[in-house]
Amino acid sequence: MTLTKRVIPCLDVDNGRVVKGMHFKSIKDAGDPVLLAEKYSQEGADELVFLDITASEQQRETIKSLVQKVAQVIDIPFTVGGGVKTLQDARDILLSGADKVAINTGAVKNPEIITKLMGIFGKQCVVIAMDVRRNYELKEDRHIFTSDSKKFWFEVYIYGGKTPTNLDAIEWAKEVERRGAGEILLTSIDMDGTKEGYDIQLIKEIVNAVNIPVVASGGCGKPKHMLDVFLQTNVDAALAASIFHYKTHSVDRVKEYLKENGVPVRL
Amino acid sequence: MVKVAIFDYGAGNIFSLKSSLEKNEAEVDIITDLKKIKNYSGLLLPGVGNFDPAIKSLDTSKIAFHDLVKNQVPVLGICLGMEMFFERSEEGKLGGLGILDGEVILLPNKFKIPHMGWNDLQIKQSSVLLEGVKEGSWVYFVHSYRVKPKNDGIIKADSDYGISVPAVIENQTLFGTQFHPEKSGKVGSIMIKNFLRVCKK
Repeated sequence: MTLTKRVIPCLDVDNGRVVKGMHFKSIKDAGDPVLLAEKYSQEGADELVFLDITASEQQRETIKSLVQKVAQVIDIPFTVGGGVKTLQDARDILLSGADKVAINTGAVKNPEIITKLMGIFGKQCVVIAMDVRRNYELKEDRHIFTSDSKKFWFEVYIYGGKTPTNLDAIEWAKEVERRGAGEILLTSIDMDGTKEGYDIQLIKEIVNAVNIPVVASGGCGKPKHMLDVFLQTNVDAALAASIFHYKTHSVDRVKEYLKENGVPVRL
Repeated sequence: MVKVAIFDYGAGNIFSLKSSLEKNEAEVDIITDLKKIKNYSGLLLPGVGNFDPAIKSLDTSKIAFHDLVKNQVPVLGICLGMEMFFERSEEGKLGGLGILDGEVILLPNKFKIPHMGWNDLQIKQSSVLLEGVKEGSWVYFVHSYRVKPKNDGIIKADSDYGISVPAVIENQTLFGTQFHPEKSGKVGSIMIKNFLRVCKK
């Protein structure tokens, strides 16, 4: 046996409640984060991710107390992200009981934070969240790909998927690895909320570009999508939100299905 | 109730370990030096942080630490905590605690680093920490280095990551795990209980 593939329910948290956005926009209420965390943990989730999508200054204390509550009820690792800009933000989250902290905008604006965090907490704590969208306006020095005979490059977005950065996702992935990131949480903006499956092409390219674990995110609408991403790419983990929140599929049943189809999972 | 201490290097999540010990009915204090260690029946070196800053925070406690081990006070080192038992690590420039002979080396870079996720235990020898833990149990790893003890008889279990990763070491009352028992669900909780049982004696 060897290292298993991880199945990770994601909880987008706004004002202390779990919500799930569609294309980062429309929002439905999905429940109490502590209760959901406990339920997923008992069902055999390998890890949890919490993203504080409000992330305003007032939310700081809310998220800290949420992290503390979650850490008391679950005995699996969890990552917290959303609005982490400074070392102090990251420190607050880790010292409240999170195992890893995910940074997106904060790292694009100030890449040194990756190395600083790694130096204090170790690289296993530092997750870089990348929100990526296909850009069909070709530019020089970009990695160009083709799909359905259209050419494009992968661009990194910040501020919750709202603002393009002009950064090439392949190059940014390599840079965050070089600076000391321990994991990449890779979300496809194109697929997020569509429930049509992960962006296999994007995931393949990022996984091949780096030697750190990558978590696939965005687009999972049914267990088959998870199977596809594990069989078609060398990704380490798959994250999903809505399929678990609305009781469509329980974590343990999804993992049994993966195992039956040849994916090594912890059961 | 058994009273144990977690040494805090000031570098990461020790809250989960504290919760896990408390759930298993221990009284837990967080300490930053070993001056009052006589008040406790066991010590935990947690598994978060970076080698040099962590070892620096233990600098003034080195002698006290060696005394503690000599006096057979149970110590559990988790991940980085276990790595610090050895003489040196490729992660840092500073020397380790040197309580065990051997070194800590980087995982080969043909594998993804860190080794992150759930991997199964291959039990090699009977061990106090692994009492009641089944062969093939899943535990949660997140590390970039592995230990290389001079005496590999102290390795009680390992895990397969393309290479063999020593997962549990045990030398009298000195215990170490490369994975995180506090993050390894029910199986991890069994090991925490086993450690606390040794502390009670």
